[in-house]
Formats: sequence, C-alpha cells, structure tokens
Amino acid sequence: MAENNRAVLKLKEKFAASIIDVVEFRGEVTVTVKKDSIIDVLMFLKQSLQYNLLTDLTAVDYLGKKEDRFMMVYQLYSIPNKDCVRIKTPVSEADCRIPTATQVWRTANWLERETYDLFGITFDQHPDLRRILMTEDWVGHPLRKDYPLQGPDREPYKGRLS
Amino acid sequence: MATTETMTLNMGPQHPSTHGVLRLVLELDGEVIVKVTPHIGYLHRGIEKLSEHRTYHQILPLTDRLDYLAPMSNNLGYILAVEKLMDVQVPERAETIRIIMAELTRLQSHLVWIACHALDIGAMTVFIYAFRERETVMEIYELISGARMTSNFFRVGGLSQDVPDEFVKKVSDFIDVMPGYLDQYEGLLTTNPIWLKRTVGNGFISAEDAIDLGLTGPALRGSGVDWDLRRDNPYGGYEKYQFKVPVGEKCDTFDRYKVRLVEMREACKIIRQGLDKLKPGPVLADYPQVCYPPKENVYNSIEGLIHHFKIASEGFPAPEGEVYQGVEAPKGELGFYIVSDGGNKPQRFRIRPPSFVNLQSIEKMSLGTMIADLVAVIGTLDIVLGEIDR
Repeated sequence: MAENNRAVLKLKEKFAASIIDVVEFRGEVTVTVKKDSIIDVLMFLKQSLQYNLLTDLTAVDYLGKKEDRFMMVYQLYSIPNKDCVRIKTPVSEADCRIPTATQVWRTANWLERETYDLFGITFDQHPDLRRILMTEDWVGHPLRKDYPLQGPDREPYKGRLS
Repeated sequence: MATTETMTLNMGPQHPSTHGVLRLVLELDGEVIVKVTPHIGYLHRGIEKLSEHRTYHQILPLTDRLDYLAPMSNNLGYILAVEKLMDVQVPERAETIRIIMAELTRLQSHLVWIACHALDIGAMTVFIYAFRERETVMEIYELISGARMTSNFFRVGGLSQDVPDEFVKKVSDFIDVMPGYLDQYEGLLTTNPIWLKRTVGNGFISAEDAIDLGLTGPALRGSGVDWDLRRDNPYGGYEKYQFKVPVGEKCDTFDRYKVRLVEMREACKIIRQGLDKLKPGPVLADYPQVCYPPKENVYNSIEGLIHHFKIASEGFPAPEGEVYQGVEAPKGELGFYIVSDGGNKPQRFRIRPPSFVNLQSIEKMSLGTMIADLVAVIGTLDIVLGEIDR
C-alpha cells in the first residue's frame, strides 16, 4: 500500500506541508508535491533514501483538464533497494518555469533540454538550456496539446480521397 | 612566443562510425579531444506526439521503429505497459514465446553491436561473421511474423498468432551452434593485441559517474554495478528463468565488451529454458474488451468479425491512471510511461530511450582522449539513433 511505502513515510514526516497528493495505481506510488520544494524533495530522496538513479524526467500537458496546465514527472529508482517512486509537481502556464534537477543528477541535463524543447518549460539555472531534438530556429513546442499534429500552417490529414 | 589554439571539427551526421545520423562537434587540441558537443534530432519523427492520436493497438507498429535493431524488445516493453494499465493476464505459452523472442532480439542486437564495434576499430572479419549469424535470427523473425525487422508480432494480451511448427527446431538449432560462434569471435578479439590496445582503459567511467549520468544496461554493468531489471524487478515471466548477470570491473570498453559477450551466452541459456517450458496452449488472453479475437473466429463467424472490427477501429478505453514499465532492452532500460485520461488514446505517451540517456556520457568518457578513441566510445555505448530521436 502507498501508506507503507518507505519514501511516502519519510516524505510525510519531513515535507508534510509540501505534499499535495499520494496515489497508488497498479502497484506504482506517485507523490505530488508543491513546486517550490521539488528540489529539496529530490535531494532528500537521493541522499537519505538512496534513490540514486533518475530513470526519467518528463512533463505532461493537461490543457483544459487541470488548473495547472503542466505536470513535471520524475521517475526515481533506487539501485541498492531495487524499488522506484514517481514524484510529480504541477507547473502553471503563467509561471512556466521550474528549478533544474541537474544539481541533483547530471542525467537531468538532456532530459530537461528535451522537456524544454517539446513543452516549453524553462528550467532555471540549467547549464545548457538549448533545443535538442528540434532545430534551433523552430517556433513552438510540438508536444503541447494545442500544437497541431500535422505541424503548423498545414491542413489536417482527412484520409484518402479516392 | 608560439601560441596554440584549438580546432573545431565537425563529425557526422553522415559518417560511417557514428552509427546513424549522429553529429558531433569536436574541439581538438591536436588530436586530443577538449570538448564534445553531440547534436541529435536528425531522425526525429515525433513518435510520442503521433501516439497521442492513435489507439493503443495502433501504437504498436510505431514501437518497432524506435530501436530498429531490437524491435521485439520495444514491442515487449510497450505491450507490458499497456497490459499493466489494463490489468491483463497473459497465457503461459505467449509469455514463453515472448521471452524467447526478446532474448533472440538481444542476441541480434548484440551481434550488430559486435560487428560494427569491431569494424570501427579495424577488425573487419568479425563484421562478416556476426552478420552471418544475425541472418538466422532475421529468418526466425520472418518465419513467425512475416517481417525481418519491423516485426509487430506481439499483441496486448498475447501474440498476433501462434508460431509455426518448425519454429522450435529452428531456434533450437541456432542456439546449439551460437556458443561456438561466440568462441570464434572471442578467438578473433579477446586476446588480439590490437583489440586490447584499442579497448583496455578506453572510455573509462566510474560506477558513481555512470549512475549519476543515468547509464543503464551493459554499459552500467561494465562499470561494476550489479543491476539487471530482468532479475531485480522481473517482468513478463522472467522470474521463472535462471541466468547470470555479468558484471565488469575496470569500467572500460574492454569490460563492456566482455559483459555483452557473456550476456549473449546467457541469452542462449534463457532461450533453451524457454524452449523446454514451451507447452501447447492458447496464445491470446480471453479478454474480449481489450484483445483481438482469434483469427479463425474472424474468418468464420459474424460475431468474431464485428469484434475484430470494433477493436481495430475504436480500440478500448483505458482506466484513468498512469503506469511506467521498464524493460531490460539490449541497450539498457527501455521505459514506457503512459498517462490515460480514460479514453481510447493515451493522454501522454512517453518513451524512455536507453540510447538517449546513455549518449549523454559520451563527453565524460572521451574527454582527454584521442579522436580515434572517440570512435571506440561511440561503439561501446551501442547507440541507435532511431531510439534517440524517436
């Protein structure tokens, strides 16, 4: 159960005021925390609870579905304890920036560049925040929900005409 | 007084030893590398964006095109993620065939790795030998799925069809001879003085750095970290198999080479155990809301045809929630993160590609070495650009 998860227990002890939500789905525990304490939470998980591997870092666009448009997602894994936990934090469209996690794991460097490139979320104090998959002069952020699938200024595909 | 300045050199995207369309901007002091800046994205096809507009069954063929040297591993990771989301139980026969195919895929991917890696360093014979064996794996692919590379063979809940009768013999014959071929490669390389000079001490990365930079798979195990998802967080039935996880010591290219060779031998053993376990039975779960009906129902009954039509065109709604499934792909941890809003298409579909994360450590591994050693580092990282750019 989520309440007995070692990360959840410790986080509730130490960051009780920052935790927004704890969910368990299909055996996976997700903890949602407030944006201003995200780096402290990640640092604590890495240093005190041995979540030493940042498996993945990405964002989700909830355009029109949630109050805060974006959700940052951090997948953490502990090689010594062989368990994982997912940390999420909401990012609003008006204040579309978040402190970088590169100070915690160097892995975050490219993963944050990708999130910046495809979602347009700015990472403060990132050492090298450039686009990574799209070209440097690209306009827009393709994985945003309001970015058309077929690309800008093109008619949507309507299927074969014949 | 004489002054020196560094030179900037462009390597790729069209360069035979960058394994695809990788572009590296190098800053050189003579022949010594001062700075490496990788530029990627030349193969970006927007698979994550495309997947948000397709039903869960329709996404599967796209996953073949990630790491195109290991299509069945990609299929497996994706299928397991969807099965976790839908809570589907898979029949035992399907599970066993999946593991046999995933391990054959590992062999195939490692064969391409050893072929290209050796060719980059100058040993051409290994390339010819390894591609000869890879051909057999491709034939097995063709036998069961009809395609040599983009297999698209697994389905949510099982397999698209059962394997033909000659499958068992063909796989069995192959893994009987494969260890002998591995001895051949080792005979050509392991004690070869040129090979040793090029790989021992090359591309050093300590265990702490490797974890901090997110390396996974053989590249991490080469640095002495004993961690394998198949053993430590078993998925898809791997808990029923016995195998060793090789670990390196010296954190260099040579140790990563040894780790991958042992992995190939272990893959043969896993396949043998799988063939011994293989019993007749269904290959698709009986879960009509999610799975396709068996083909004979589609062809012979109107209910089956309607069922097929509904699943193929409309798909199935997934419960609201999010799942992450990581699998030990040949190149490292391949993860699929699916966020569902309750519809028949994912709200967010994220692929965690091992090559993308592993490539980040190229700078750490190659700084201060000669430009020719960089080629060995690219080979030892075993990257595939289809997966990096998605």
